[in-house]
Amino acid sequence: MSSQGRILKDKIAHKVMLAFVWLTIILLLVIALGLFIKAWPLFKTVSISDLLFSTTWVPYEGKFGMLSFIISTFWVTGVATVIAVPLCLLCAIYLSEYANKKVIAWVSPLIDILAGIPSVIFGIWGVIVIVPFVRDILAPMFGVSSTGYSILAGGIVLSIMVFPIVIYVLLEVFKTVPEDLRNAALSLGANKWIMIRKVLLRKAGPGIISAIVLGFSRALGETLAVLMVVGNVVDLPSNPLEAGYPLPAMIANNYGELLSIPMYDSALMLCALVLFVIVVFFNIIARIILRRIEKKIS
Amino acid sequence: MTAKLKMSQSDAACAEGSICINNLNVYYGDRHALKNININLPTRSITAIIGPSGCGKTTLLKCFNRLIDSVDDITVTGQVLVDGDDIFAPEAEVTDIRKRMGLLSQRPYPLPMSIYENVAFGPKLHGVKEKSKLNEIVEHYLKEASLWDEVKDRLNTPASRLSIGQQQRLCLARGLAVEPDIILGDEPTSALDPISSHHIEQKFLELKKEYTIVVVTHILRQARRIADYLIFMYMGEIVEHGPAKEILENPKEKRTQEYVKGIIS
Repeated sequence: MSSQGRILKDKIAHKVMLAFVWLTIILLLVIALGLFIKAWPLFKTVSISDLLFSTTWVPYEGKFGMLSFIISTFWVTGVATVIAVPLCLLCAIYLSEYANKKVIAWVSPLIDILAGIPSVIFGIWGVIVIVPFVRDILAPMFGVSSTGYSILAGGIVLSIMVFPIVIYVLLEVFKTVPEDLRNAALSLGANKWIMIRKVLLRKAGPGIISAIVLGFSRALGETLAVLMVVGNVVDLPSNPLEAGYPLPAMIANNYGELLSIPMYDSALMLCALVLFVIVVFFNIIARIILRRIEKKIS
Repeated sequence: MTAKLKMSQSDAACAEGSICINNLNVYYGDRHALKNININLPTRSITAIIGPSGCGKTTLLKCFNRLIDSVDDITVTGQVLVDGDDIFAPEAEVTDIRKRMGLLSQRPYPLPMSIYENVAFGPKLHGVKEKSKLNEIVEHYLKEASLWDEVKDRLNTPASRLSIGQQQRLCLARGLAVEPDIILGDEPTSALDPISSHHIEQKFLELKKEYTIVVVTHILRQARRIADYLIFMYMGEIVEHGPAKEILENPKEKRTQEYVKGIIS
């Protein structure tokens, strides 16, 4: 009797968990579908190439060219990645290979705190510190005048926000490299730095890419902090010291306003769909690269 | 004064390729893992370190190439002389020490690169640059480890594609390629099938003519097959050591007797 009850419980638990897994997958499809349906009316009046490859964004004239937003998104994310990846790699290597337990015990709670800071605080900090820093120091260095509200400021703030996530994933990745593999390289007379470069980084290669992709995906969608420092000017940016207007910031700033303009809400939904597709596409490409590297190594 | 006298005596006894250990103590935090180890290991022969798990066999082995350095919270006191040099002396260069020893670990860990690159890794580190010289070295040591015929047509494939037995022989070739005087084995056959194990054991018996070999093993029969000299450890101490035959057939200490008979393991 009781054994039958236990079997039943086991079966129910199994089914419930499976149902939740399906729910997650379906949720992804429902989001994509919802955005698509809402954006659909726009496709009937404006051609897709005008939407994706034009920079003319004049909603009350029915012109919804979103290229500036797409390019801005890539700029901010690219700048953030260029700043964050080397820093995160060096930090994670230090924590995993050089630091003793005391340092780790001291540093990891701080990284935890960094991960938990709400993005609005990063935004305010960006406005107070990073924007003037770009305006008064970085821009003059390149002989450019800038208000400071720029893609660079957005990238810097964003790089700090993805920092804890990427470090955590990297540390987990380095943990999976067996101690004896490190010892094998060391026992051949390699010093620590050579061991790290030739063995650790190579062995951890696929994991490092995963970590970067995770950071990248997070960066693509980050809204509030970026919105506060990036300038929000509808224009095709040509360098990081200019203002930009990434997709998430644009959607957040405009949704709920001016919806009386025809097709405006459809255009915003299309922006969201484009962002969604970029993130999904990016993850798929990363997965393909990952599989190739894994094949090469093993 | 007497300590100094003792040291110079042991220095004299420490011939090339030998390992002499004086008053070695190792602590993991508060735990006393190796207690007052004093022993000279014979050159050009196989020394097996036997004893139950956790007795300090591997710790002792890790002292020889200072891999013990990478353990957190470790304290080492005493001396380990290799070719007469104290490897724990502050001026000792750890990469030089490791160059004198090849290591075979419990499982083979090929480096994440090709078969060729695995063998060439050590020589490259130690300054060999010419391609032709490297080719020679790779071929020579793969032959030395009886692996050449099996891999000569696929030297550029990743080492991880080899079978585990082949991988262990590759690790042997890789270790030999840095031209060490000493080979260290940390239960080097424990992950291998019987045929591959036999291969490695045979190799050790050939190699002992030129190298000093120290093997940690928990397989008593393996010690019987290959060892010339035995060290029996228990709870961080050396209980008994001497020629293998003597220890196996005529152990003096009670704990050794019990271990050899299989009463404790």
